[in-house]
This record gives sequence, C-alpha cells and structure tokens, in this order.
Amino acid sequence: MSQFLRGYLLVPIFILAAVALVAVLLGIGSLLRPRKPNPQKAIPYESGVDPVGDGWSQSQVRYYVFALLFVIFDVEAVFIFPWATQLELYGTFGLMEMFVFIVILALGLLYAWRKGVLRWA
Amino acid sequence: MLHVLAQVDTFNTPAIQWYAVVPELLLVGGALVLMVVAALSPKPLPAGTYAWATVVIAAATLVDAAFLWSDVQDSGPKSIIAGALGLDGFAVFFMVLTCVALILGSLFADSQLRRSGIDGCEPYVLMLLAGTGAIVMASANDLIVLFLGLETLSIALYVLAASDLRRRESQEASIKYFVLGGMSSAFLLYGIALVYGATGSTNLTTIQQFLADNVLLENGLMLAGLALLLVGLGFKVAAVPFHTWVPDVYQGSPTPITGFMASAAKAAAFAALLRAFYVGFAAYQHDWKPVIWVLAVLSMLVGSVLAIIQTDVKRMLAYSSVSHAGFILVGVEAASAQGTAAALFYALAYTFMVLGSFAIVALVGPASDGTHDISTFRGLSSRRPVLALTFTVFLLAQAGVPLTSGFFAKFYVISAAVDTKSYALAVIAMVSAVIAAFLYLRLIVAMYLSEPEGEAAPRGPKVSVPAAAALGLALAVAFTVIVGIDPSAVIDFAHDAVPVLVAGP
Repeated sequence: MSQFLRGYLLVPIFILAAVALVAVLLGIGSLLRPRKPNPQKAIPYESGVDPVGDGWSQSQVRYYVFALLFVIFDVEAVFIFPWATQLELYGTFGLMEMFVFIVILALGLLYAWRKGVLRWA
Repeated sequence: MLHVLAQVDTFNTPAIQWYAVVPELLLVGGALVLMVVAALSPKPLPAGTYAWATVVIAAATLVDAAFLWSDVQDSGPKSIIAGALGLDGFAVFFMVLTCVALILGSLFADSQLRRSGIDGCEPYVLMLLAGTGAIVMASANDLIVLFLGLETLSIALYVLAASDLRRRESQEASIKYFVLGGMSSAFLLYGIALVYGATGSTNLTTIQQFLADNVLLENGLMLAGLALLLVGLGFKVAAVPFHTWVPDVYQGSPTPITGFMASAAKAAAFAALLRAFYVGFAAYQHDWKPVIWVLAVLSMLVGSVLAIIQTDVKRMLAYSSVSHAGFILVGVEAASAQGTAAALFYALAYTFMVLGSFAIVALVGPASDGTHDISTFRGLSSRRPVLALTFTVFLLAQAGVPLTSGFFAKFYVISAAVDTKSYALAVIAMVSAVIAAFLYLRLIVAMYLSEPEGEAAPRGPKVSVPAAAALGLALAVAFTVIVGIDPSAVIDFAHDAVPVLVAGP
C-alpha cells in the first residue's frame, strides 16, 4: 500500500468504529433492558401528546415559501458570523463585500414581499 | 467603529481589474434593476418593456465586449482577479455569443411568452443571470470558478424550464433537468476534487504548468478526475450517452427558452470543455482525445438517427442539437488551434440557426405551446411564404448546405479533423451530416409540398409574426446567409479567439 493510500486508512477505520459503536450500544441496551411490550409503547412519540392523523399527512404548501426564505437567510447567517469575527482584518474591503451580499439578498426579500409571498392568505 | 476599521490592513485582498468584469456586472446589475423595478411598479409595465430592457442590457454588454476585444488585441491576454478569471479572445468571443443569444432570445420570447400566458419580468431576469453564468464559465481560469459559473447558468435554466406554470410538461421538464443536472454537477465537482488531488491545484494555469513540468507516476487519480469532468461537461453539452434529458427538457420548456438553452447553455459548456481540456489538460491529450472521439461519433450518429423518427418538431430539433454537439466535438477532438477555431465558429453559427428555428416553431405552433406536431407545418409556404422561406434557410443551414453559415461550420470542423489525420472521424461526420439532412428536408417537404388535403382537412392555426420576432428573425437570417457567402470575418474572429492561459501576477 502506498504512502498516499495509507493516509486514507483512517476512513475505513472510522466507518468500522462507527458501526461497532452503534452495535455495541444497541446490543448492551437490548441485553440489559426489561422486556414488557404493550400497545401504548408502539405509538409514535409526538412530544407526549396523543398523535393525530397518520404519519403521511400532507403539510400546507404555503409553508414552502417560508421554508425557502428561511433557508436563504439561514445561509446568509452562515456567511456573516465567520466574517464578523474577522471584520477588522478584512477592513473596508470586507465591509463593502458583505454590504453588496446583503443588499442583493435584501432585494430578493423586497421582491418576495412585493409579490405578496409574505401575506398569509 | 471607524477607528477599528482603520486598523492596519493585513488581509491581502486580490487586485480587481474592474474594467474586465464590466460585462458580468452589467448583466447582473441589469437583472437586479429589472427585478426590483418590476416588483416596485404599482401598475404592470407596458407589454414588451422587460424584453426590450433585456435587449438594451445585452447590447450594452456587447458594446463593452467590443472594447475588451480591442484591449485584448492591443495588450494581449491576461489573467485577472488573482488568476480566477482569464481575459482573452476566447472569453470575449463567448461574451459576444452570449449577448447575441440574449438579444435574439428576448426578442423571440417577448410576444411568444405573453401569447402562452406567461407574464412578468422573471424569464428575462433569469435569462440575464444565466447569461452571466455562461460568461463566467467561458472566462473561468479556475475549476472552482468554472463550477460557479456552471451552477449560476444551470439553476437559472432549471427555473426557466418551469416558467410555463400552466403546462405540466414544463414542470416535468424542469424537475428532470434539475435532478439530472444536479447529478452531473456532482460528477463535475468530484472530478475537480480528483484533479486537485492529482495536481495540487484547481487553477487551470497552475495545473497546465504542473502537468507540463511533471510526469505523474501513478496517474489513476488524474485520469479518474478527467473522466468525471468529461461526464459533467458531456451532460451539459448534451453529448451521447449523456443526452437522455435533452428531448424531454427541450420539448417541455417554453419554446423561446428552449432556443436559449440550446444556444447559450450549450456554447458555455463547450467553452468550459475547450478551456479546461484543450489548454489546461493539454498534457493528457492522448488520454482524453479517444474519449471525445467516441462521444463525437455517438452524438452525431445517434442524434441524427433518432431525430428522423420523431414526429414532434421540438423533439426533432432537440435530437438534431445532440448531433450538432457531436459536430462541435469533432472540432474539440482535433485539439489544435484550427479545430478550436472551427468549434467556435460552429457554436456561433449554430446560435443563430437554433434560436431562429425554435422561434419559428413557437410562432407556428399553438398559443398554448403544447404540441408541435410536424403536421402544423403543412402548407406553411402558401399561408406564410416569407416565414416558410426563413425556416427553410435555418433548416438548410443546419443541414450544412452551401451558401449558409452551416456549410462553413461543418466544413471547418471536418477539415480540422482531416488535418489532424482523424480520417475516420471526418468520414463519419460527413455520413451523419447526410443522415441529418433527411430530417431537415422532411420539414421542408412538409412546408412546401404537402398541402392539407381537401377543404375538410384542418388548416393550421393562423400565424402572426410580431415586430420584435420579425426583427430577430431578420437578424438571424442575415447572419446565416451573409456568413454563408463570406465567412472570412467570423472565422478570423474565431481564429483570434483560441483560448490561452496566462499565469496570474
């Protein structure tokens, strides 16, 4: 095995370790736990409330737009946080760059707002 | 706050040559302004505003491209923004091609989209953004930037394909394009990763230098990377066997959008292919040329043969675009300056032909843009003689008949193949040109020779040609015929546009 490939040996070791860890934990659990089946336990857990409807119920398509907007601004945050920690280093250039980025995203929000996407009707 | 910002600047920002990115800025800025103005205006803007705004933005970009061209001719090609983009004749050539596709595309889209009930600025904004992606792809000097351009182009096209909200086929086309396109992007990205693993850089200039100076003892990683890159780009140029999405997507998308897809998107993918393989991976020519050979042969033959058996005109043109991709690949396979110039010439000539063809298909077809059966073209010559003649010019050009730009396009790629001693490829190209000619003649026969039988036979819908579309068609026909008579200006342009890689400062 070449030196190069040996560097990747860690990957299969990690895969094996992950599988082994799950197997050991579940195995110990099934060995130790008491076994008292009852129908109440088979109900899906929904924060302690009795489940309503079935698991495949459709969610409102209206949520989709909000989900989309959320993802966009979530990703924006992913970019802004690391940038904010290094703002002093980047100086005016970095400030302008982020300004351009935020303005373009804001224009997208403006567009969504004018298109009536944010209205719940 | 300010005194914090005024601290000593230790982060080395790349020098940005703003004049060189003006085309991209114009297109993106134009798209944003168009979108905001459309969203903020209290009343709907007069019909055609968006299309003409797009034409103006693209024309301004075209003018700027002319300035960049003279700059490149005067001071030579250069690499800009820390080696991320290259500014050479090649990049400017594809700026021109993209702007042409944008201008013609929006002229054709204008009335046609309104006719099939698609209103609003969105198609034009997305076309401008797709154009930006295409330009970034063509000027990318770095594989990551290339990927960035490809995604900008592709994501805009996925949405454009679905822009006909009332037709299911349009949604279907979009989802197919999106899923398969996402797959191909993943292949491309994995290829980039493997090439990086083999050469230690994603910058094409560095890769070219590295491969010229070093011989890789274990080149499995490099070859796997090249193969994956070819799969990703082969999908985008729609080469067989990565062509299966083409008929469905081209048929389902709104027809003017299809024309834009077949011209700008295909050309941008060829730009990326040429810059990365012909220049960047020049040292591996002997490994990738046979692959391109196979792709070219399969694309030409399969595209031509499958086009003949279609009954829907859009599917026909979709398969014929696969076969045209094969012809351009013949020029790529030559891996010579002559072959590259031939491929560029072909891409530019094809842009005019295919946009014009799809525009006429849209005009003749029903308002709903649903089916475009070949029978709708029956007797078009007696109903609209000029339109039939225009379509005939485009079809003959695609068939490669002399006195059209298509003839020289095919002539140059085949002679490039002969000059590099790929005789078999040249012969196969000529044979498949003959097969494909049958398809175009079939459409011409339908227009001129087959009248709808008797009074009872339904005549096609009344065809009206709006002014914007007529202007676009006139431009496309003029180019096709004038270049068909005297190609010297365009082939010189293509010869001066052969890609070069310049190391960054």
